[in-house]
Amino acid sequence: MARKDQNENNKLGSEQGSSPDAPEDRSRRELIKGAGLVGATALGAGSTAVIIAQESDSGAGPRPPAVREALEVLTAAEAETLAVLCGRLIPSDQHGPGAQEARAVHFIDHSLASHNSNWREQYRVSLAAVDAYSQQEFARELIQLGDEQQDSVLEALQADTVPGCSPGSAAFFNMLRNHTIDGTFSDPYYGGNRDFVGWDMLNYPGIRLTASETDVAQGADLAPNHQSAYDHDTYTKMASNMASGRGGGDSNA
Amino acid sequence: MPKQLPKTDVVIVGMGAAGGVAALPLTNAGLKVTGIEAGGWLSPRDFAPDELRNGARNWPQAVQKAASEAPTVRATEQDRAVQGGHPMMNAVGGTSMHYWAQSWRLNPWDFRVPSATRERYGNDRLPADTTVEDWPFGYEDLEPYYDKVEHAVGISGQAGNVQGRMNGAGNIFEGERQREYPMKPLRASPFTEMMGSAARGLGWHPFQGPAAITTELYDGRPPCQYHGFCNRGGCHVQAKSSTAFTTIPKAVDTGNLDVVTYARVTEVVTDSAGKVTGVSYLKGNETFFQPADVVLLASYAYENVRLLLLSKSAAFPDGLGNNAGQVGRHYMSHHQGSPVLALFPRDLHNWYGLPAQGVAIDDWADDNFDHRDLDFIGGANLWVHTDRKPMAAAKMNTFGRVQRSWGSEWKAFIMENADRYNVSYIQKTTLPYADNYLDLDPVVKDPLGLPVTRITARYHDNEKRIAAYSQDKMAEWYREAGAIAVSKTGLGNAMGATTHAYGGTRMGDNSETNVVDRWGFSYEVPNLGILGASVMGTSGARNPTLTVQALSWRTAEYLAQNWSSVVA
Repeated sequence: MARKDQNENNKLGSEQGSSPDAPEDRSRRELIKGAGLVGATALGAGSTAVIIAQESDSGAGPRPPAVREALEVLTAAEAETLAVLCGRLIPSDQHGPGAQEARAVHFIDHSLASHNSNWREQYRVSLAAVDAYSQQEFARELIQLGDEQQDSVLEALQADTVPGCSPGSAAFFNMLRNHTIDGTFSDPYYGGNRDFVGWDMLNYPGIRLTASETDVAQGADLAPNHQSAYDHDTYTKMASNMASGRGGGDSNA
Repeated sequence: MPKQLPKTDVVIVGMGAAGGVAALPLTNAGLKVTGIEAGGWLSPRDFAPDELRNGARNWPQAVQKAASEAPTVRATEQDRAVQGGHPMMNAVGGTSMHYWAQSWRLNPWDFRVPSATRERYGNDRLPADTTVEDWPFGYEDLEPYYDKVEHAVGISGQAGNVQGRMNGAGNIFEGERQREYPMKPLRASPFTEMMGSAARGLGWHPFQGPAAITTELYDGRPPCQYHGFCNRGGCHVQAKSSTAFTTIPKAVDTGNLDVVTYARVTEVVTDSAGKVTGVSYLKGNETFFQPADVVLLASYAYENVRLLLLSKSAAFPDGLGNNAGQVGRHYMSHHQGSPVLALFPRDLHNWYGLPAQGVAIDDWADDNFDHRDLDFIGGANLWVHTDRKPMAAAKMNTFGRVQRSWGSEWKAFIMENADRYNVSYIQKTTLPYADNYLDLDPVVKDPLGLPVTRITARYHDNEKRIAAYSQDKMAEWYREAGAIAVSKTGLGNAMGATTHAYGGTRMGDNSETNVVDRWGFSYEVPNLGILGASVMGTSGARNPTLTVQALSWRTAEYLAQNWSSVVA
C-alpha cells in the first residue's frame, strides 16, 4: 500500500499546493495521466486539503483567497478518493461549479472531527472498500479512472454491490450523498458552500434577517446577498452589546 | 442521601409549552411554584438562521436529556423494539421554542367522537377495536381557556365563527369563539395566494391558519420577520410566542416562580398514605428532594408515562397512579405523515417563509363532510405552507424525471426546480386502540440506568383510510393549482416517537379507563396533576399545543381555586 506510506509526504506537499479555486480548465485527470502518481497525488491533495501558505504566494499571478483548510480526520489519500465521489455526485459541468468548488470534502472531513464523528470508521472502511473495488474492476485507483468509470463505481455503491462498506454499500452511498449535499448547500461557516457556489446554483437569494413582501415577490430575481448566518454579530454569542443569558429577562425590554 | 430543599406549594416537572402556561395562573394566585426543567434558558441569539444546525443536526435537542432517553418503537408485540430519536427539546419553553407554532382549537366533534358518530351514522361505525371515549366536557367548556391562552401567549389568526357570526376568510368549520384572535393572521405569500385561489376554484373553503407568532407589536415583542428559519429553530426576534418569552417571564415577575434548570426528575415520591410528597431530581452530580404540596407533571407524553411507571412504591407497585392499569394506555401518535408531494412549472417564491405561513382546508377534516358512504370516521386538515431551504431543496424528490439522484442531469433538475416543489402537511384523526400503548422497555436504558419508554403502536385501518382519502383530496388541490407532477407517499404503519404524542394518562369521567379526572388530577393520587397531550383522549386533525395549553391553564386555575380540597 504505497499510498498509505506516502500520506505524510502528501500532506507536506499539499501545503505548497495550488489554489483550491483553480479554474476548471486545469483538468486533474489530464495531469494525472500526464504526470503519473506523484502529480496526481499533489493535485488531488491540492483540491481537497490545501493550506494556502503565505510563503507559497511568490507574487506571480492573482493572490489566492485567504482560506485555510486542514485534513482533521481523513488521510490525504482518503480525501482524494472522497473528492472523486463528491465531484461525481454533484459535478462541475456546463451548468457551473459543483461539490468540488463548494469544498464538500473539506466540509465532510471537518464534520467527521466534530458532529459526525460517529461515522469516522464508516468513511474509513468504505473509502478503502471503494478503492479496492476500483482496483478489482479497473485495475486502477479511483482517481485514475475516467468520468464514466467513476460513475459506474458510484452506481455500484448505490446498487449495494460494493463489498466491504460499512454499514453497507447502499447505506454508505446514502450517507455520502447526504453529506455531499450538506457540504455543498449548508452555511459556509461549516467549510463547504465555498463562495456561496451551492446557494447560487439553486438561485437561493441568501439569508435575510427580515424578508419583505417585495423580497418575496422578486423570487429568483432577488440579488443574492452572500451572507453566512455568522456574518451577523447576533449569532457569534460574543457581541457585548447584546442582551445576554436568561431568555425571559429581556422579553419586555 | 438527597439534599432536602425547603418545601414549596407546587412543583411543575417541565417548563415547556404546558408547564410554562400553568405557572402563570398559579403564581398569579400567590402560590409558590418551583419549575424543574431539564434544559436551560435560551435567548434569540441562540437561533441562528442555519439550516444545517437546526434542520439536519437538530440543535439543540440532539444533545439533550430527551435524546438520551428516546423511546423504543415497535408496531406490534411481535416486533423488536428499536430506539430511534426524540423530536422534542429541553429548554425553558421546551418545544414551544422550536415548534412550527400552529395553534389550533380542536373541532367540537373531537370532544365527542363516539356519541357524535352514533348519532349521525348509527352504532356500528366506530372501529371495533378503538378505546375512544367522549371527553368529560365539550368544546364550549374549554372555549374560555382557549381564549385566555390565545391572548396570554399571543396567537395570530383569522376567526371564522365569532359568536355565530361566520366569516369566510377564516375557518367556517371551527367551533364558536367569544371574540377575534388578538392579532391578524400571518401575511399571505404568492404561493398561499395561488393555493387559496385553487381551493376556491374547487368549491372548498381555504383560510390562513392560526399561529403562536406575532404579526404586530404584541406585549413588547416585535412582529414576525418572515426570514424562515423557525422550522426546528427558535425565533431570532421573539416573534414566536414560546412560553419562554410569554407566560414564564410573567410568572417569574410575580416573584412566585423559581425555575431550576438542567435538572432531571427521576422519581415522584409518595408517602405511605399514597399522597405525593415531592420529587427527586438530579442536577449535576447532586441529588435533591424537592418537597411540595402538589406535583404537576408536564414533561411530555413519553416522559409523563415514564416517570409514573418509574415511581413505584408499596402503595403503587406498578407505578404511580397505575393501580387501575391505565398508565400508558390509549396512546396515539398523531398520523401526520403520508404527505403528497408536488412539482410546479414555475417558481413558488418560497425561499422566505415559515411552516405556520400556510393555507388550510378543513372541508375534509373531522366530521365536516358526510361519511355515510365512506369506510372511516374523522378526516384530515390539509395544509400547505411556504418555507424552502437550500439543503432540503437539493434533497427533493425528482418524480422519476431524472435517471439518477446525482450527477449532471440531476444537478440540472434541482437547479431548475429548487423553488418549484412543495410538500403538504396532512394531519389526520387518529384514534386510540387497545393494542397501542406505552410501557417501560425491558432492555433499553438511559445513561442513568433507568428504562426508557417503549412504544407499541401502529395505525389501524381507520387512519390508513383517512390517509388515502386525504391524499386524493390533496392531489386534486395541487393539480387544480397547476402542479405538473404529484406523488403520494406510503400510508404509514408503526407509530414512531413524535411531536404529537397523545394519551398514556388519559382524562375522563370513568376512573376504570382513565388516569386523571376531568380537572387533570390523578384518580389514585389526588395531589398529583398531569399536564400535556398525554391527557387527551382524541387527537383531532390539527396540532395539539393550543389545546394542551388551554387544558394546562384550566387545571392550574382549578388548583388555585380549589387548593384546600386538592391538598387535603
